[in-house]
Amino acid sequence: MRKVMTGNYASAYGAKAARAEVIPAYPITPQTSIVEKLAEFVSTGELKAKFVPVESEHSAMAACVSASILGARTYTATSSHGLALMHEVLMWASNARLPVVMTNVSRAMAPPWSVWADHMDSVAERDTGWMQFFCESNQEVLDTIIMAYKVCESRGIMLPAMIIEDAFILSHTSEPVDVPDQDTVDSFLPSYDPEIKLEIGKPMGFGSLVRPDQYMEFRYKSMLAMREARDRIVSVEDEFRQAFGRSYGGLLDEYMCDDAEVALVAAGSVAGTVRTVVDKLRAKGMKVGLARIRAFRPFPFQEFQSLAGRVSGMAVLDRSFTHGAAGAFFTEIQGALYDAPKRPAMKNYIAGLGGRDITPDVIEGIFEDILVRCERGSDPEPEWLDVAGLPRRRS
Amino acid sequence: MSRVTIPEVEHAYPGSTGCPGCGANLVMRYLLKGLGERTILTIPACCWAVMPGYWPSHCLKVPMVYCAFEATGASLSGIRAALDMKGVEDVTVVGFAGDGGTVDIGLQALSGAAERGTDAIYVMYDNEAYMNTGIQRSGATPWGAWTTTTPVGSSRDYKREPKKDIMSIMEAHGIPYAATVSVAHPEDFVKKAKKAKDARGLKFIHALSPCPPGWKMNPMKTIEIARLAVDTNVFPLYEVENGRLRITKKGKGLPIEDYLSTQGRFRHLTEEEVKRMQESVDSSLKALEEREAREG
Repeated sequence: MRKVMTGNYASAYGAKAARAEVIPAYPITPQTSIVEKLAEFVSTGELKAKFVPVESEHSAMAACVSASILGARTYTATSSHGLALMHEVLMWASNARLPVVMTNVSRAMAPPWSVWADHMDSVAERDTGWMQFFCESNQEVLDTIIMAYKVCESRGIMLPAMIIEDAFILSHTSEPVDVPDQDTVDSFLPSYDPEIKLEIGKPMGFGSLVRPDQYMEFRYKSMLAMREARDRIVSVEDEFRQAFGRSYGGLLDEYMCDDAEVALVAAGSVAGTVRTVVDKLRAKGMKVGLARIRAFRPFPFQEFQSLAGRVSGMAVLDRSFTHGAAGAFFTEIQGALYDAPKRPAMKNYIAGLGGRDITPDVIEGIFEDILVRCERGSDPEPEWLDVAGLPRRRS
Repeated sequence: MSRVTIPEVEHAYPGSTGCPGCGANLVMRYLLKGLGERTILTIPACCWAVMPGYWPSHCLKVPMVYCAFEATGASLSGIRAALDMKGVEDVTVVGFAGDGGTVDIGLQALSGAAERGTDAIYVMYDNEAYMNTGIQRSGATPWGAWTTTTPVGSSRDYKREPKKDIMSIMEAHGIPYAATVSVAHPEDFVKKAKKAKDARGLKFIHALSPCPPGWKMNPMKTIEIARLAVDTNVFPLYEVENGRLRITKKGKGLPIEDYLSTQGRFRHLTEEEVKRMQESVDSSLKALEEREAREG
């Protein structure tokens, strides 16, 4: 069924299609319409679930964790400061190997207050052991929630996943979205039946104390699970494509990269703008492409090594900044390419913080600059684009 | 005929890693005697997060979730929601937390669970300081007590603030049942646990839990000191059922010195300070008795 809906409603419809059973939630701008819609679904009986109106995001994730230990499929949604408040409990979910799925409406961190798109909140949680999927469209948001449950609940994986949609640009913008048929979703995603869960009559401790001679084995197994998730994400997406006719390019979604001289790496909603700029420049005969980070965790190491072998220049656009270093996408790609047989010229571009528009002009400017870099070599300094007082890069 | 007046069945086995004379061991033991085997525990950071033993050991006969320090109330709501979705009704869900995890860092989540009316029992075992981390003051440390963060040096920086009144805070949420219990009065304890189990909504149990290392007391005197707390009216035993208060065990009205002198943490107090504590205890008891008379 095709409906016109916002990214937030796409999240709510995704959780409903996946038959989430326990939904603890706390409101934050711009996530609110996700939990409002889910409260409505539960209230009308369209979704058979328990909506738990908790008093904080920390409690939202803590309730997800405990419900998940009992074998319930759980979902919640948050944004920026709410995600930061959850930080501790995010690790409870991943370290306890619980397949919680959550939407994060990616938004800037204060001060100064900003409710607009920015990836700092999501990037700051990259080390918590969650899978992270950046989405480009509302349809991808809905579809990725369904796929994420299937990946997360796989026996060898059992890890949580964060579905990231950009504040307002996706969360509050309406697009036509296909809401998949429930029977097809049900046959694609069976009900959650974990191998180990808390049961009455089976006295076990979930999260006991371990000694230094025991702890590392737990983390090693988490590492193996996240490694396995790389292949599982691809195979689940393939199954999804067969069932629903849509797919999104695996961990690193390439557009016009096969014969590209330079590629722009980006994540989230800006990828849509980059595609139109690629089309425009291609029409002028410029060999440019887009490599969209779809999964930031697990990180697409092999995909980047493969891309590096084909392009001479790689521009990395970060919508966040790790102070004292550079954009997180950039430093991680640099690390991934250290032992690549061929390394392109690279440069980091910082843009769009706090919801500043990343216009086609700005993107065209990046492509022009990175084409020059192919001759001159990498630039070690990240360039902040479209900032007052700095030279403006315009095509 | 058996002379034992509480259930003989054990759901807490020996082998916990608690200190000798630990009151919290008995709080768990009596609680589970009252609640039975169809119980799920959620326990945040506190002594009892360590006491079940190193993985894969587990000294309890009931399953247990370990939760984040400040998250017990939220964990209760999550567990109850999952049981509701699975159609399980005959299971008692219990949050079991120390005083710091309750009156300080966990107060927000507990308040949330109470306001949401989560059907669960929250037990605070109160050893009156952060004992698992080594005796630091909490909001539940009584006026006058020494702890490592309220040291009694030349400036006599013992705890200068009164103990947070968690029973009143919980009552103010309009919860169906709240009670104080003592390990020196197991019949009263078990009866209250059963009452809490049968009421619907969030129930609160405040258990005084003597701590030999933290209170600087003789580990052989746990029961004696717990009994003195009741008999000196430092810790009156009462319950509040649907807003009506009833004192369940009358103390003997012994002077507070009898209780304070058993513990090194009060050793520094002057006669004047002890007198002040006696006055405070007397007025608290008077308020309880007056209220009981009004509501009884």
